[in-house]
Amino acid sequence: MKQPEPEYTYPTYHRPIPATWWLRDRKYFLFMMRELSSFFIAVFLLIYLYGLSLLSKGQAAYGQFQETLRSGGFTLFFVVAFIFAVYHSWTWWSIMGKVQVVRLGDHKVPERVITAVALAGWVVASAVVLFVFTR
Amino acid sequence: MYEVNKTEPFWWGLFSLGGVVAALFVPIHIIMVGFLSAEAVGYHQMVALVGNPLIKLYLFTLVSLPLFHAAHRLRFALKDLGLKVAGGLLGVFLYGGAVFGTMVAAYIVATLP
Amino acid sequence: MSAKKITMRVTRYRPEQEDAPTEQAYELEFPDDWVVLDALNYIKDDVDGTLTFRWSCRMGICGSCGMMVNGEPKLTCAAFLRDYYPAEIRVEPLQYFPIIRDLVIDMTDFLHKLKAITPWIVRDEEKPLAEGEYLQTPAQLADYKQFSMCINCMLCYSACPVYGHEPEFIGPAAIALAHRYNLDSRDEGQEARQQVIASSEGIWDCTLVGECTEVCPKRVDPAMAIQRTKVATTTEWAKSMLMPWGKQ
Repeated sequence: MKQPEPEYTYPTYHRPIPATWWLRDRKYFLFMMRELSSFFIAVFLLIYLYGLSLLSKGQAAYGQFQETLRSGGFTLFFVVAFIFAVYHSWTWWSIMGKVQVVRLGDHKVPERVITAVALAGWVVASAVVLFVFTR
Repeated sequence: MYEVNKTEPFWWGLFSLGGVVAALFVPIHIIMVGFLSAEAVGYHQMVALVGNPLIKLYLFTLVSLPLFHAAHRLRFALKDLGLKVAGGLLGVFLYGGAVFGTMVAAYIVATLP
Repeated sequence: MSAKKITMRVTRYRPEQEDAPTEQAYELEFPDDWVVLDALNYIKDDVDGTLTFRWSCRMGICGSCGMMVNGEPKLTCAAFLRDYYPAEIRVEPLQYFPIIRDLVIDMTDFLHKLKAITPWIVRDEEKPLAEGEYLQTPAQLADYKQFSMCINCMLCYSACPVYGHEPEFIGPAAIALAHRYNLDSRDEGQEARQQVIASSEGIWDCTLVGECTEVCPKRVDPAMAIQRTKVATTTEWAKSMLMPWGKQ
């Protein structure tokens, strides 16, 4: 026979969580910045997509947009977005070894090796994109 | 009691694929668009490039998947920042935005010269 | 050598006399080898017998003495006063848990979640005793050993802002233990556990803040357990979508 679990009642105090919980500690702040990086990446890609759409509108429209993107406001945005994007890449490769198990025969590849290989892959991928897209 | 959630693997899968794409390719594209000279990624050369269907596919993936990545991250971040009440609505809005962005990206990339 | 003096600010909550927790400061001299728990025991024995807190083994294995020390979840038996000296030390009950009294939190919620993931070896059919033990190779043991080190101290829950904001989240330790039994070659309970950890309250709630792993005194790495479960569950899901005729 299964005994029912006894229920005890006693007063407890529930502490409220301040809305600023992520500002009070560096670790949680960095976590929030990591999540926020996705927003800047998305905004950049939407700008990029708009630029691509202008390729259909002809050289003048595309060139003018390129001019606009060289203004102070956009440059500031690109600097911020670049920092966030690199932070995203760094954090993504850093936790890669935790997320993915890679086995070579009977051996589990250590987390650090996975991260190192991923970082190297990132550099290679960037170089390839740079080579293909610029002349 | 607890029940297996059958939609979360779909969103999480798109989130992680988008995370990989963003981590691999976005920083270099920001450099090219934001910091290189305009001639480096000039009109004629871009048009020549996007004529290649593989480049078209690449550009579509580059834009679309990180949108799902962002939608997923923002959904949970906003939840933990106290927007819990709007939980369901937030998901519809964010994932809906990513789906819409994907359709726009597909149209733009497909109609490139 | 003169003894050092340190101030400890300790949370007090006596529900019969106050509506909300307050803080009480104790100043004490301490020898070099004292940990926060030694200081609390000194206060209880020699200064103020009304101070209430949990502890047992004093050697980092019972998992009872977890508290917030200067805002970080710690086993107080392993938090040396000398590492904080000369600053003050703030000792609070583990955050995100309801307080019963002073430094004692209510762990009922955690115990329910722990039970929900069936943290024991489940067999479809037990083999007769006469057939002997369930054998396991050292490699099979190595697969899950790290995740079996959990002492249920709940520090990881206190480090998890997701648990704080969504108390229905099954949480780091319970999922890590589910992973531990799922990886065990003798276990056959994976399907039942999957019902719990692949639910909305399970792995999907986790945003990989990663602090559960940082604060774990036993290096269990719940963050890793959760991410690997997400990958495995998503892979299985994708397979079932692409090949619906395959094994369910």
